[in-house]
Amino acid sequence: MQGSVEMNQITMAFGANLVLRGVDLTVKGGEVTALLGANGAGKSTLIKVLSGLYPNHGGQIMIDGKPVQLETPSDAKKLGLQTVHQRIGEGVVPGLSVAENLLFEKIARNALGRVGSIRQIMPKALEVAESLKLGWSEKFLRKDVYELGIADQQMLILARALIEKPKLLILDEPTSALSAAEVDNLMGVIRGMRNEGVGILYVSHRLGEIDTIADKLVVLRDGVIRGEQDKPFEWNTALGQMLGEDTLQEIQSNIEMRGDESILQINDLSLFQRSSPFSLSLRKGEVTGVIGLLGSGKTEIAESIFGAAKKRSGNMTFEGQAFRPRHPRDAIRMGVFMIPEDRASSSMFPNWSIAKTTSLPFLSQLSKGPNVGVGAEKLRASEIIQELQIVAEGPDQEVDSLSGGNQQKVVVGRWLKGKPKLLILDEPFRGVDIGARRTISLQARELSKSGAGVLVLTSEVDELLEIADRVIVLVDGEPKLDKYLSETSREEIVHEMSEVI
Amino acid sequence: MSNPTAEEKRAIFRAKAQEGIVKYGFIAVTIGLFGWFALTEETFRQPSTLFSMLKFTSVVAIVGLGVTFTMVVGGLDLSVGSIAGLGVTVSAMMMVIYNLTGIFSGIMVLVAGAVVGALNAVLIVWMKIPDLLATLGMMFVVMGLKLLPVEGQSVSSKMILRDGSVAPGKFTDGFLQIDRLKVWEVPLPVIIWLVLTILAWYLLTRTKYGRIMYAVGANPEAAKLSGIKIEWYRASAYVISGLFAATGGMILSSRIGQGDISAGNSLLLDAVAVALVGTSVLGAGKPNAWGTALGALLIGIVITGLTIKGFPYYAQDISKGIVLLLALVFSFTLSRKKARFVAAT
Repeated sequence: MQGSVEMNQITMAFGANLVLRGVDLTVKGGEVTALLGANGAGKSTLIKVLSGLYPNHGGQIMIDGKPVQLETPSDAKKLGLQTVHQRIGEGVVPGLSVAENLLFEKIARNALGRVGSIRQIMPKALEVAESLKLGWSEKFLRKDVYELGIADQQMLILARALIEKPKLLILDEPTSALSAAEVDNLMGVIRGMRNEGVGILYVSHRLGEIDTIADKLVVLRDGVIRGEQDKPFEWNTALGQMLGEDTLQEIQSNIEMRGDESILQINDLSLFQRSSPFSLSLRKGEVTGVIGLLGSGKTEIAESIFGAAKKRSGNMTFEGQAFRPRHPRDAIRMGVFMIPEDRASSSMFPNWSIAKTTSLPFLSQLSKGPNVGVGAEKLRASEIIQELQIVAEGPDQEVDSLSGGNQQKVVVGRWLKGKPKLLILDEPFRGVDIGARRTISLQARELSKSGAGVLVLTSEVDELLEIADRVIVLVDGEPKLDKYLSETSREEIVHEMSEVI
Repeated sequence: MSNPTAEEKRAIFRAKAQEGIVKYGFIAVTIGLFGWFALTEETFRQPSTLFSMLKFTSVVAIVGLGVTFTMVVGGLDLSVGSIAGLGVTVSAMMMVIYNLTGIFSGIMVLVAGAVVGALNAVLIVWMKIPDLLATLGMMFVVMGLKLLPVEGQSVSSKMILRDGSVAPGKFTDGFLQIDRLKVWEVPLPVIIWLVLTILAWYLLTRTKYGRIMYAVGANPEAAKLSGIKIEWYRASAYVISGLFAATGGMILSSRIGQGDISAGNSLLLDAVAVALVGTSVLGAGKPNAWGTALGALLIGIVITGLTIKGFPYYAQDISKGIVLLLALVFSFTLSRKKARFVAAT
């Protein structure tokens, strides 16, 4: 009989924030179960529960029908739950050889006796490499880990997980750093393990891979399993469950705007080494929404236009003039502003007031001579507070002390107030409540109505439908669909996002 | 809202008390110590004692002011002591060996400080060496380099040069006046200290330049995305630090009246300490000009007081250390603000 790992009503809360709301999931031995979910759905929390990192979770985990308690990561490992985390760099120890890394857990447990030299552990390492059919020579095992390519490192941490003969192997985005050939190789290894009866929980954003490797598919959204399928998979259903399908009605209120005059023309831009170049024109008077899953190239587009990233191939013209921003300063001078994706790390300064935060890019305009115009700065901040209905005591309140939605309004407001000609909003609704989200999307639409270009980048269909007039679906660094909202449908967008078929 | 319960009241009181301690604790300690020394020691309250205390503190305070700039941009400059020492040697060489004027020598000291600061900036900002390591290396280089032209010897007037002749020049009277001149009883170094503190305070808090400096230190990525060329601002901090350290060296040189080769070496730790102490003054939680001045003043008071009270010389280091640790407790342990000085790189 094949074993199984069963999760019953798993819950996990951080403070008042309930991330897992009762997850029921069974992974059978000899099966690959794929776990699909958008950012913030609760995937990593679930993985951490299974790795023994959150002993205070609710619900019950059963292995082969027997309830178990996972108090520490080593408990999880002893019970046969092995996790290969997404960050490869955190799994290997540079400075040690491949052999030592491979046997690291045994060495750490003193299972190999008192190990002195690599010569002593080499026979065991070779034996392990042999049994896992890795085809690694002694020379390879002697290499220092930092000499390995990313794919070999990935194989290494996978191999290390397999030494302990796991019951359940959890793979968190195992292919995010691999090339196509390396992915094929990895798939072979995974199939081999499945045939030996190991249960595999495969977490990935790449639908193509899930289609290839998985026997079963579960979709997680808002901390609950929303759908389960056996092969062959219905992708439209799965993506609908993943991205949410309930708010379709309320967004029809926007009157679609169509611009005719181009503001930014992008020619032959290629976002990744492996993606082919494309051209794109952004127009005044309409909100262009770019949607794509993680790693599709959204942030790369934004950074290219804003001059925040290294130069990519291709060229741009802005209002008919050649546009080559090499630093955000160049873009800002032209009236091209970007609101970055992660506000805490990219827009906020610890302990800074609303006034100081909002004035920073526009200090010269607010000042006479070398001195900061403190009065002008406060006035401007007060206006921003009023226009975006920010809940704050006043311009001197620290931004850190505001709620997430109000922080985002501050960040958006500081650029809006600068009268952008083209405003780029990268994931503007992340960690933002409904009210703030409404305000921000109305302001963006208002801006575009006044004749500016607006580009919104998001990974959620609902957000896109709420804010955009024109929709571009980005897959692997290339636009796959470019239509006005009224000419397309949620189904078509979701369909294009799933690169399968 | 209902009335707060007794427990809530106590919690509010505790929070307020803590905030008060963080904000005014340090100044209270300074005033308290000053009062204690002044009440118990006749000598301590003499104006002449106080002015000589201020005069001796001024060099550390000025060098510490330069360090403050590097801390504002999230860095640190360990080469300041050696730059001050370089200033001593350069000024002595110019006047004693080359028989140049005091004014020219002073200018050359500042140029030397700015050049070393610029080299630090290149290493840190463009060659991407972590600040502590780059300035540590620079400290050794400068300490050795300044001995090269004088062959490891202190420069004093009437010294015998390599070719057997007697050094032609001497410390000019004007140069010696830097340390000796008094304006209405106030020694000139104290006035320089005050002027530079006001200048630094003005630059850092009132101007666009200062605002951007703090932004670069607090979150370089966000500063860059606000359109700031952070490299130039970080570089400027090291040049300013070099200039301030050289100014300290100039005063020191004028005080010693000869090119003492070991001068300035002990300044580094004191200067970094006063700048660090300064971050806790008024609960600022960040490096600032008046904080550094007050930090230097407190250390000056403690050292003078203890010396008058007859404590041995090694009590000085102990007390400096305790002052620094106390300040760090204010900034890190008690303050709810995230203290940041040697933070982001």
